[in-house]
Formats: sequence, C-alpha cells, structure tokens
Amino acid sequence: MLDFITIGFLATLVGAAWRLATPLIFTSIGEVISERAGVLNIGLEGTMLMGAFCGFAATFASGSILLGLGSGIVAGMAFGLIFAFFTITVKANQIVVGAAINLLGMGLTAFLFRTYYVSTGRGVDIAPPIAIPYLSDIPFLGEALFRQNMIVYSTILVTLLAAVLLYRTSFGLTLRAVGDHPKAVDVAGRSVAAYRYGAVLIGTGLAGLGGAFLTLGHSNQFVEGITSGRGFIALAVVVFARWSPTGAFFVSLMFGLFYALQLQLQAQPMLNIPYQVFQALPYVMTVIALVMVGGKNASPRKLGIAYDGR
Amino acid sequence: MTDDKPMNSPYLLQMKEIYKSFGPVTVSAGVTLEVKPGEIHALLGENGAGKSVLMSILCGILKPDSGSIHYKGAPLNIGSPREAIRHGIGMVHQHFMLVPNLTVAENYVLGQGTPLRLINDMKAVHQRITALSDRYGLDVRPDAVIEDLSVGEQQRVEILKVLFHGTDLLILDEPTAVLTPQETDRLLDLMRDLVADGKTVIFISHKLDEVMRVSDQISVMRDFKVVHTTAVTDTNPRELARLMVGRDVLMELPRGSANPGQVVLSVDGLSCRNDLGLPALKGVSFSVKAGEIVGIAGVSGNGQTELSLAISGLLPIDAGKVSLEGKDITGLSPAEINQLSFAHVPEDRHKMGVLLPFTLAENAILHRYNQSPFAKKGLLQRGVTASFARDLIKRFRVKTPDEEEFLANLSGGNQQKLVVARELARDPNFILVSQLTRGIDIGAIEFILQEMLKQRDAGRAILLISTELEELFTVCDRILVMFHGEILGEVPADRSRLEEVGLMMAGQRSAPAAAMEPALT
Ligand SMILES: Nc1ncnc2c1ncn2[C@@H]1O[C@H](COP(=O)(O)OP(=O)(O)OP(=O)(O)O)[C@@H](O)[C@H]1O
Ligand SMILES: [Mg+2]
Repeated sequence: MLDFITIGFLATLVGAAWRLATPLIFTSIGEVISERAGVLNIGLEGTMLMGAFCGFAATFASGSILLGLGSGIVAGMAFGLIFAFFTITVKANQIVVGAAINLLGMGLTAFLFRTYYVSTGRGVDIAPPIAIPYLSDIPFLGEALFRQNMIVYSTILVTLLAAVLLYRTSFGLTLRAVGDHPKAVDVAGRSVAAYRYGAVLIGTGLAGLGGAFLTLGHSNQFVEGITSGRGFIALAVVVFARWSPTGAFFVSLMFGLFYALQLQLQAQPMLNIPYQVFQALPYVMTVIALVMVGGKNASPRKLGIAYDGR
Repeated sequence: MTDDKPMNSPYLLQMKEIYKSFGPVTVSAGVTLEVKPGEIHALLGENGAGKSVLMSILCGILKPDSGSIHYKGAPLNIGSPREAIRHGIGMVHQHFMLVPNLTVAENYVLGQGTPLRLINDMKAVHQRITALSDRYGLDVRPDAVIEDLSVGEQQRVEILKVLFHGTDLLILDEPTAVLTPQETDRLLDLMRDLVADGKTVIFISHKLDEVMRVSDQISVMRDFKVVHTTAVTDTNPRELARLMVGRDVLMELPRGSANPGQVVLSVDGLSCRNDLGLPALKGVSFSVKAGEIVGIAGVSGNGQTELSLAISGLLPIDAGKVSLEGKDITGLSPAEINQLSFAHVPEDRHKMGVLLPFTLAENAILHRYNQSPFAKKGLLQRGVTASFARDLIKRFRVKTPDEEEFLANLSGGNQQKLVVARELARDPNFILVSQLTRGIDIGAIEFILQEMLKQRDAGRAILLISTELEELFTVCDRILVMFHGEILGEVPADRSRLEEVGLMMAGQRSAPAAAMEPALT
C-alpha cells in the first residue's frame, strides 16, 4: 500500500517543502526580530494578506515581479507602522492591536480584491524557476531542490542576514537587550521606542514579503484568505525555534514538509483517508509543537509589555 | 551656550534648584548640590529622601520639572542619557541595569558604537575588561552571562562597567550594599585610586563608617532637599545620623542573652548544585533553635544563595535532609512550605520578594491572597487588605503616598521594609532572612534589627544569611561561616572574634584555640 513512496516522490516532497516553507521562513524570521525587541505582533496574518494583495496588484499593473515584491514589503511595513504607533507610542495592548490588524488585513484585501480584480479572472506570471548550474543536474535531489524561483533561494540569504544582524551587530545586541531589559538600553542612551519601531518594521516588511511570495512565487492569483493561517503558524514557528533566525528557518522547513506531505498524500487515491485529515496536519503539528516547547521558556523577558520609561 | 559660563567656578558639578514631581508626589523639592573636582562626595539620606531620583536626573534618565545643571562650567543638556554619557557622567544604579541574558562584555558595549557596524572586536573588549578587572581586583569574567552571576558579582560587574566607559564623574548608588567587608575595603581603595587618577565620585551609602572613611565632602538629604553639606573633618556619625533621621540613632543595640529552646530548623548533610550544575552545597549540617538567631557569614557566591533556595524549596536537593519543627520538609514544593510556619526575606527582592507592577497592598498579601481574611469564597477582600497594608506601612514606616502606590515607585529601601514587614506579619516560627538590611537606612536598620531581636525573644528561630558582618555581630547569637559550599566553622557572635570570622570567610579553617597554641610557640 505504501509503494507510492518512491525516490521521485521523496525528491518532489523535499522540493515542495522548501517552496511551501518560504512564506513561513520570511514571516517567522521577521517575527523573531520583532519579538526579540519585546514586541509580540499577532497581526501577521493580516499583514501577510496585505503583502499578498499589494504584491499581486503591483505586478498585475506593471508586469514586474520585483516591483510586486517591493510593494508587498512596503504594504507590510505600512501595517507595521500602524501596529507600532498603537503599541509603542500609544502603548495599547499588543494582542488587541494585533487582532485588529488581522481583521483589517482580511477585510481590506477582500474588499479591494472584489472591487477591482475578481472579475478580471486573470493572474500574473509568477517568478520563473532558475536552475542552478551543476547542482540542478544531480539526479532527483538537484531536480527537486535547485530548480526553484529566486524568492525561494533568497530565504537562505534572509536567514543569514537576520542572524548576522541579530548576533553580530551593535544594532542586534541593543535589540535583544530591548526585549529583555529595556531600562538598561534607556540608561545606555538609546531610544527603546526607536529600536522597537525598527524591529516591528523589519518584521512586518518580511511578513509582507512572505505574503507577496504566495501570489508571485506560488500561485499566480490573489484569493481571499490566501494565507490560510500561515501568519498564526509563523507565531508557533518562532516559539518552536526558540527565538533564533536559523531555528526559524529549519522549523519552517519542517512545517513546509507537513504541507507538502499533506498535498502529496491527498493525491494518493489508494490511501483511503479523508483528505481533511492531511489538511489538518500542519495545524495539529503547530499545537503539538507549542505544547512540547511549553515548559522551558526562552522567551524575551519583556515580550508583549510596553515600556514606559519616561 | 558659552555666554553664561561661570569662568572660574570651583565646582565640577552644580545642580541648582531642581524640582521634580510624579503627579501629586514631590520627589525633588528644590535640591541644590555642588561637587568639586577630584573629591569623593557622599550623599546621605533616609530611604525615600530622593537620592536616587536626583542622580537619575543628573544622568538624564529623569527629566526635572525645573532647575539647572552646570557641568565643567557649562550648562548640561538636561534629560538626555547620551549627553550625560558623552560628558563622562556614569552611574552604578542601585537596581542593576544589566541585561540578564547577555554576557558581561556585551552589556558593556551595549548602546555604544554605530548600530549597523559588525561587532568583530569583542576580543579586544574582553582583553580590556580583563585588564581593568585585574587592575582593580574586581574579579569579573568578560564572558560570564549575567543571569548566572550572584547579586554580589553583578554589583562588581556594574562598577566595572562604569570604569569601562571611561567616566570622569562616577555616581555610585549604594554600591557597597551587597559587598563583603573585604570587597568594600577594596572598593573604597578603588575610589581613592580613581580620585588620584583625576576622577570625581558621588557616593551614596547608608553605612556611615564607610562614608566617614572615604569621603571628603558630605551632603545630607532630608525630605527631598539637601539640608546640609559639610567637610568630613567637620562632622561625626552621630551628627550625620541626626541630620538624616531627625533624631538620635542607637549605634549599638541593647540585648539580653539568648534563651534557646527546641530545635526548629535542622539541616543535615545538605548537598545541591547551582544553576550551572556545579556543586554549590557540600554536605552542610546545622540547626537553629527557637529563641536564637544564627548567622551565616561568607563572601557572596559561596553557597549562601543556594542554601536559602534549598531550604525554601526553590532548588532541588541532591542529598541530605531539611526538617522544620520535626517534620521532614525535604523536597516539598515552595507552595507547601509556604503553608508552614515559615517566613522568607529573599536576597533579591525584585526576583523573589515582590511584584513591582503590583500595588503595595497587593504585595502585602502575596503569600496569603487566597486565605482568609484576605479572600472569602474566592473573592479578594479589598478593604481588609487595604487596612492590613496600612498597618504594615505605619508600623514599619514605609515611605509611600498610600497603599495603592505601585511597588515599582517606592525607593529601594522602602521596598525592602515592606518585604520584612509582610514576612514578620505572618507570625512564623522560623524566619529565613538573606541580606536583611540591604539598602535600608540607619534609622530603619535600627528598627528592623530591634524587631528581629523581639522575634527572637518571642521564641522564633531565625536564620540570618548576610555578607554584612556588622549586622551579624549586632543581632546573632552564633555565626557559621560558609566557604566554597561548606561550613568552615562556628563562632559565638562576640565582636572579639571578628577577625577570626574574616579569616574563615577567606577560606582559613578555624583551629580550636587550644590546639593552635603549641604550634605557635
Ligand atoms: N517613578 C516614580 N513614580 C512615583 N514616585 C516615585 C518614582 N520614583 C521614585 N519615586 C518616589 O520618590 C521618592 C524618592 O525616591 P528615591 O529612590 O530617590 O529615594 P532614595 O533616597 O534613593 O531612597 P533609598 O535609600 O531607599 O534608595 C520616594 O518616595 C519614591 O517613592
Ligand atoms: Mg535609592
């Protein structure tokens, strides 16, 4: 019964896992940076939707994928600015503002999409796969891993940049301190608010990029609710990755694998299991992951708490 | 900026007519403080007199409502920490400003340098820290992570941090509160060395002997103002105490001899490991009887922290036994121990003693919020709680506008007073206290130590862990000395034995006097 598990099946699975993990990688790494500065942004789902929609709209109008990706980032940051203003400047509760951002993202994208695009029915040309010379010639594995589009490849770059930023720069050091002991940063003469704004903008910019990938690198269309909970899964990824960018990369890959497995298993007619079971897999894993990590806590000490130094 | 520059002002620092209030609460009422270059200027005052607030204003952390600051003959841009740091004003805060999950070196470079440049010269930073640490004998390891360090070690890290930043004007806000006598001696020497290097020091302390020994000028604050400034040669501790408290303070407490009864706490062969998994206690045995105060002396970091944690159920015990009033309490949870006749004044009040964002009243019932009379049928009894808190505030003279004030807004010493008040109010048979008088002013120390003696005479058993020999010799009946996780010896609390305790704290095993004599002759 399990004879559908061939080398070809596995290779496709791995390749698909990376592709499906890509939006999670961007978004969760962004959230790692935000949470390390003490800001818990649960508004990722809405932010990703904005990125997905604006990326799609910009590419639809201009035909340029780069412009679309840029618009996705800017749209994410615009939402980030709203979030930051209310949570950092006004010091409103981060969870409440995050929830509002989600509702805003869902409502606004649905409204704009229905108003302007739903009748066109046309999609955009998604980013083309680029075969990496030599590597892509490796049988099976090369085929699966090294014929991705540039957005997928760039996840590695983003992960490395985030790790360097967080652990090897003065900015990153201060950022981590802001999430743990903001007063110490204040006393050292740096603005806690400025660092938190910075962290939120980086975080939401990446969430916007993660969303834009969905419409420009994965499917070629915007659909209402296209993110289907990835913004929330990214939050779980951050916890499971213990607030580390490289951790977020690998945990996202693991979730990507679940998505891929789910898709591939659905396509196996001889498995007599309702497809909903597979669809639930990533979400079930999220819950399991959170429970497993629950006990030991590595979270930034001031996560979710506004700083009122002066 | 240069027009009102007093050309040849003899002062390095002039703070004039500083006013500051938090809402209706005034915390600086027209303070004027003048400091000459190259002096050690002590700032004294009761808990809550406004010393820390004034220094925070100087460092730019708090913005005053009015007033001016002149530094090196020019007006200082008020309310900017960067500006203060740039001018070489550095402060060791009473409550640590160290990021717990970063290393010592990372804490030192925090906020310095261009944000987006790569940090790749950490090696040089480590070397500089080690060199400074060696030079001043502070024993700071640059790669240690702050959260693994004891309170005393963190204090040394804080002091070295200011030196690392190359400060001209050092503000030390109660730096000696957690240091041992030897460490304190070294710090006072260090302050002298720094002055010889051309630096100026503002030194806040509640310990008059230190102040008399080291300072040149002394300013006394009372009710949010500087009420008196004098040269150290023109004053004496008695006068200073009177200026601070407004009445005469007893320096030596009268007390009767102890009348020990049954064993209340017994610790037998206790061993456990610290956070890093290293042995911290190695078979410690002792007992505390009803009606006596037993002191544990030792340089911080020799297992005292672990001892208090293990007894109160907060640290797993590897071997040995702890019993309270004949009942084995080894391995009980803190909640279960909490139900017993057990009070605990922890060493680090912020970590374990209080909840800073909660009000004073809420903190007052922290252990008993779910018990009658503070809760009935699951509902908190606000009225009962408030009157209970007001009673504590009154009895222990906690300085606060009212019981609804947030604990975070209390001065350090007043937070500690509340913890002590709350714990004693539980009417416990056994009291475990660590660093009891940390940060408390002399008037309050007198009061709290008297309170401890009253508890002793009422038949309570008290274990007092302290790095403060003065405090131990004032109230204890016997003193045990800890070194490297072991009890090196026991000494009756007789001031003539002070030197002996000092030697044991440094690791010298006490030899019975009789056995020593022949060897000496
Ligand atoms: N943020 C704040 N909000 C309200 N009141 C405050 C705040 N910070 C300090 N205070 C009040 O200001 C007064 C002075 O506090 P400060 O910390 O300067 O005292 P201190 O002289 O340093 O005392 P200690 O010796 O106990 O450290 C206290 O009564 C305190 O309750
Ligand atoms: Mg103070």
